[in-house]
Amino acid sequence: MTTFTDPPAESFKLSMLVYDTRYRSITFQILALVAVLLLFGWLTMNTAQNLNDLGKEPSFGFLGESAGYDINQRLIDYSSQSTHLRAAFVGLLNTLLVAAMGCATATVIGVIVGVLRLSGNWLVARLMTVYVEIFRNVPVLMWIVLCMAILIEAMPAPSAFRGDNPDATMKLFDTIAITNRGVYIPEPLFSRSLGNLHIGTAFDISINLLAILFVLGVSLWIARDITRRANAKQEATGLRPRTWHTRLAVIVLPTAILLAFLGFHLGYPELKGFNFAGGTYMRNSLIALWLALSLYTAAFIAEIVRAGILAISTGQTEAAAALGLRGNRIMSLVVLPQAMRVIIPPLISQYLNLTKNSSLAIAVGYMDITGTLMGITLNQTGRELETVLLGMLVYLTISLIISGVMNWYNNRVKLVER
Amino acid sequence: MADTHAETVLFVRDTMLPQKEPPLSTVGPLGWARGNLFSGWLNSIITIVAFLFVVNLIAHLLPWFISGTWNANSLTDCRDMMAAAGREQGGACWGVIRERWPQLMFGFYPSELYWRPVLVLVLLFVALAPILFADRTPTKMLGFTMLFPFIGAWLLWGGTIWNPITALLGFVIGYFVFTFLSRVVNAGISLFLAAIAAFVWWSVLSGYVVSGLSAIAPLAIHSVQSREFGGFLLSITIGVTAIMFSLPIGILLALGRRSDLPLVKALCVGFIEFIRGVPLITLLFVASTLLNIFLPPGTNFDIILRVMIMTTLFASAYMAEVVRGGLAALGKGQYEGADSLGLDYWQAQRLIVMPQALKISIPGIVSTFIGVFKDTTLVSIISMFDPLGLANAIRADANWNGIYWELFIFIGAVFFIFCFSMSRYSMYLERKLQTGHR
Repeated sequence: MTTFTDPPAESFKLSMLVYDTRYRSITFQILALVAVLLLFGWLTMNTAQNLNDLGKEPSFGFLGESAGYDINQRLIDYSSQSTHLRAAFVGLLNTLLVAAMGCATATVIGVIVGVLRLSGNWLVARLMTVYVEIFRNVPVLMWIVLCMAILIEAMPAPSAFRGDNPDATMKLFDTIAITNRGVYIPEPLFSRSLGNLHIGTAFDISINLLAILFVLGVSLWIARDITRRANAKQEATGLRPRTWHTRLAVIVLPTAILLAFLGFHLGYPELKGFNFAGGTYMRNSLIALWLALSLYTAAFIAEIVRAGILAISTGQTEAAAALGLRGNRIMSLVVLPQAMRVIIPPLISQYLNLTKNSSLAIAVGYMDITGTLMGITLNQTGRELETVLLGMLVYLTISLIISGVMNWYNNRVKLVER
Repeated sequence: MADTHAETVLFVRDTMLPQKEPPLSTVGPLGWARGNLFSGWLNSIITIVAFLFVVNLIAHLLPWFISGTWNANSLTDCRDMMAAAGREQGGACWGVIRERWPQLMFGFYPSELYWRPVLVLVLLFVALAPILFADRTPTKMLGFTMLFPFIGAWLLWGGTIWNPITALLGFVIGYFVFTFLSRVVNAGISLFLAAIAAFVWWSVLSGYVVSGLSAIAPLAIHSVQSREFGGFLLSITIGVTAIMFSLPIGILLALGRRSDLPLVKALCVGFIEFIRGVPLITLLFVASTLLNIFLPPGTNFDIILRVMIMTTLFASAYMAEVVRGGLAALGKGQYEGADSLGLDYWQAQRLIVMPQALKISIPGIVSTFIGVFKDTTLVSIISMFDPLGLANAIRADANWNGIYWELFIFIGAVFFIFCFSMSRYSMYLERKLQTGHR
């Protein structure tokens, strides 16, 4: 006969905090929390003490003060009388400008190089490998500085364009002038303006631009609708109506009519006095940064594209061929949609890298947010803490937005498995 | 049946025909060229264009490259020499590399002490050997690898020998505390307490010990200030330090991010995402302007050390993500297998999980290393004289104003050699550790 006794009532002992796995994790976390809080408290105390010694009160009031410096590269109105906040905003727009330009060209070059690296043509594949290896293994800052040096030292001065028999000539049917001060390209001009739209007191946006964007958007939407109808008809009858000419007309005609109505023409750069006038002036710093970032990032994108295409097994291509699809259809209907799933996430993190690398603009004097907020504003106001923290916050926001987009995309294209 | 078949058929071949030679146009160089260069009209056009491009490039670059002079002492000097030699196209002025060689290598390091960085570089390779080629070097050499950071730092910065020795003692103390405590309590706690013991030794006690010992036995070599560091010496010092420390810190962060403890996980995620969300240059700004504000008044510690800390933190966050990818790629069965063997968390990580996870993430780890080494050039922006900072200084010099190709080709080539060999090594390692069947 066995007797059952209740297990002894467990009483909580202090040593259980360490030895009992039920409590140990809580002990650990509380210890870690205390350590982190102590560290932060210590840093804050030091900061307060140091700022007090320097006679500085942490405040963001300086953002409202007049900046007092000029920014040569700007997308919105800005003068030295404007505030530091506006200077920072001009910088932010410049960062976004060079990032957008860089991402676009890097993608184009990267995709071409990546595909060519897989080409059956031995010579081309080797050339592309050399390109990728050279650009990937040398620091991006060196490419930026080198591009800037080439533009400044090797391009002709504006005076070389003068005279009956000039040393230098404008490129592309006399429309583009490449000088050591920068590149002049034709600028879009309107002879009739619809006026400006004022948003608050800070920004003016040309209504012309808005009108064009609106018309283009509507046309694209209609064109998409036409494609959808064609798809529906193909589903129903098996015959695909020919739509490319109507779609082209829908996209091009309204915008062309609007442009003609607004009196759209190009303003060409011309040599006047010691320099070129007219046209859009792209500074050396912008071009150097743009070129270097695009070429550098393109090398990484090329590898991503190559890996993405290689990741699709040949069985997919062969199966598509067995269904009777032609080469380009196999690419667009079978291989690319699957490769995209592999390509897009690292591609977006390359965009993120490019945006962060654009902060190296400070090395060539391009006024991005690092140059304005964390450069001149910091030096003029002496507010290291506020400016650097604010700058980090801006970059962090951009990064989080981009990675948010990436997560959204990943969830959308995720393979649904059991 | 066979007989009837033989009767109805007039001829049956009972031997194999010898194989015919393949057509001439598909073998040899000709066949190769047809297959790989001229397989269609589009391919042929591309090949010809690419070929012309390469020929053109070489025709322009090669004469410039080899007809250059190593003798000139300034750019005008070089151009005069070129004109005198009748080279209309001009040639490379390699003189700038020859003249500024010591600077590009060592920065402003005292020239009579150049043997010290050179010795450290040689020792670095000796210390790396047992890690890189573990199967071909005696295991005892790992002891030297452990000592190398202290020897290297002492040789580079100089000063009293008691500094590295007491720093090393901190680790020794930590180790003894750990082995003593781990018999009593769990490994995690003893690691934590050992770290505290070492920290107390470094921050409180070691200062007195160093001054006491230096008074008794003043063993010191000439000390070199951090601001005298420059050129590739600076890049390699910062790069190697960041590479060395980022891997262990990154592993810890990755483990923290996958931990079951919500608070630890939140801290690690916050740290990693913050560091990865901001450009390195802003962290270097923090190092150069803000760190003095965050630390107790009067602390003034070395700028190179500050930059090293920031670069290491930056690299660790990226490393953590790479290692996390490796951990995520491991099957759940590995963790469960470790549990079923009765291993505790740290044993399971050390014996089962990490060896596999790190092997999977080798390409990512090495490309992070390469990225870190390339990113050391960013210190030129906070006015330190790494090779790029020096290149700017040289180009601003009256003698060499206007030179750029020669300098950047040289600097780029050195970086290329380092980074390319790292990536080749990672491929070799991947092949060596390949255990699966392909």
